[in-house]
Amino acid sequence: MSSTHGSALALDAEALYAELLRAVRPLLTADTRLVGIVSGGQWLARRMQRDLGLPGEAGAISSAMHRDDYAKRGLAASGQTALPFEIDGADILLLDDVLYTGRTIRAVVNELFDYGRPARVRLAVLVDRGGRQLPVAAEVAAARLTLPAAQSLRLARGDDDAFSFSITHKE
Amino acid sequence: MLARRNPQLNRHGELIHLLSTEGLPRDMLTHILDTAAQFVGVSEREVKKVPLLRGKSVFNLFFENSTRTRTTFDIAATRLSADVYTLDIARSSTAKGESLLDTVANLSAMAADIFVVRHSESGAPYLLSQHVAPHVHVVNAGDGRHAHPTQGLLDMYTIRHYKKDFSNLVVAIVGDVLHSRVARSDIHALTTLGAAEVRVVGPRTLVPGDFGPMGVRVCHTLEEGIRDADVVIMLRLQNERMSGALLPSSQEFFQSFGLTPERLRWAKPDAIVMHPGPINRGVEIDSQVVDGRQSVILPQVTFGIAVRMAVLSIVAGNEA
Repeated sequence: MSSTHGSALALDAEALYAELLRAVRPLLTADTRLVGIVSGGQWLARRMQRDLGLPGEAGAISSAMHRDDYAKRGLAASGQTALPFEIDGADILLLDDVLYTGRTIRAVVNELFDYGRPARVRLAVLVDRGGRQLPVAAEVAAARLTLPAAQSLRLARGDDDAFSFSITHKE
Repeated sequence: MLARRNPQLNRHGELIHLLSTEGLPRDMLTHILDTAAQFVGVSEREVKKVPLLRGKSVFNLFFENSTRTRTTFDIAATRLSADVYTLDIARSSTAKGESLLDTVANLSAMAADIFVVRHSESGAPYLLSQHVAPHVHVVNAGDGRHAHPTQGLLDMYTIRHYKKDFSNLVVAIVGDVLHSRVARSDIHALTTLGAAEVRVVGPRTLVPGDFGPMGVRVCHTLEEGIRDADVVIMLRLQNERMSGALLPSSQEFFQSFGLTPERLRWAKPDAIVMHPGPINRGVEIDSQVVDGRQSVILPQVTFGIAVRMAVLSIVAGNEA
């Protein structure tokens, strides 16, 4: 695992994905189900389901219904939650591209419990960028670094399914 | 001169009231339908509720009778975790002479966040929207002959669900178009969403020629009206119109414009049949069509809940 303070420009999403794949493998049990957070985490989960040779489809989960900034930002039409397996008793591994404030994770955990009572929920991310505002931690992060609040980091996906990171500066 | 701003949108172009499908841009209609798609699944969850409107109060103000629309708004608001108050206006203050604006001022003092309004006067919801506080939203649940936007939107949702794309569609709206706020809301939404052809079909007394300027084709026979149509929307023949001179009798209407299984063969083989309800079996539509394989009348009701959840949650998230 790499730990950097500084430029995000050095982030090689494909290399981090390979690292994450290695780190996730020992976490899997017979009951583990991958659930990707819409939209970056969903791409991650789909690809990982394939690369790990897991049967069936990965789940997708959206934070839209449980966001705490709804009153400020309104409702965005985004990808939907689709969990093609039983949640009760499942060992859920949530996947996301970037872990930041922890608010999205809070929202998707609530969303998950609308579908049943999982036995365990863990979180694996490509990048933990610090700046937590809630008591949330990732079991696995392929990279941990600190980014200034003015920078926004998100996963992008090319036509060939290859991952890259896009960094934008907020005004 | 500056174009007058659409009273349903704030200065960022976001929806703050839903009064009519008229004048709503195409991407707004699509946004509402896409949002509704997210809510369709909520009724299949173990917990059939999401917390978006937690702590908000929704007042159903039905100055005119309704069962389906009121109930589906009620369910929609409840599934969004709002507190819902349904007022039996016809038997309360209005009957005692209180004006519409006074009623609403009193309810606003009870900390209402959203008013869902049905009124026999066209424009009543617009009037309310001009007098509520900036954080309060008005949703039109049917006003006079003017508009029934959530019905129009749920019709669009249903059409999109079965036909995917509007651009090649021929849609026929059959029956009492003249008195129908559903027809008007459907026509505005269909033309904005780019339906290839919209036809209004019925006798001259109920489908006057002056519908032409709305961008529709006027047809006075059922055969011409539904020939090769992809979607047939049957309107309720309002019994209260029978007393006037507009129609000789409901039997006569059925003979000329009633949708029977034989006549439905004029439309495309995969045409869907819709109806806003309540249906009058044997008046505008034959029982066999209502219960037939092309009927999507009950899915319309189910989609109506998701569409109303979408509208309530979109307006509640925006400020004037």
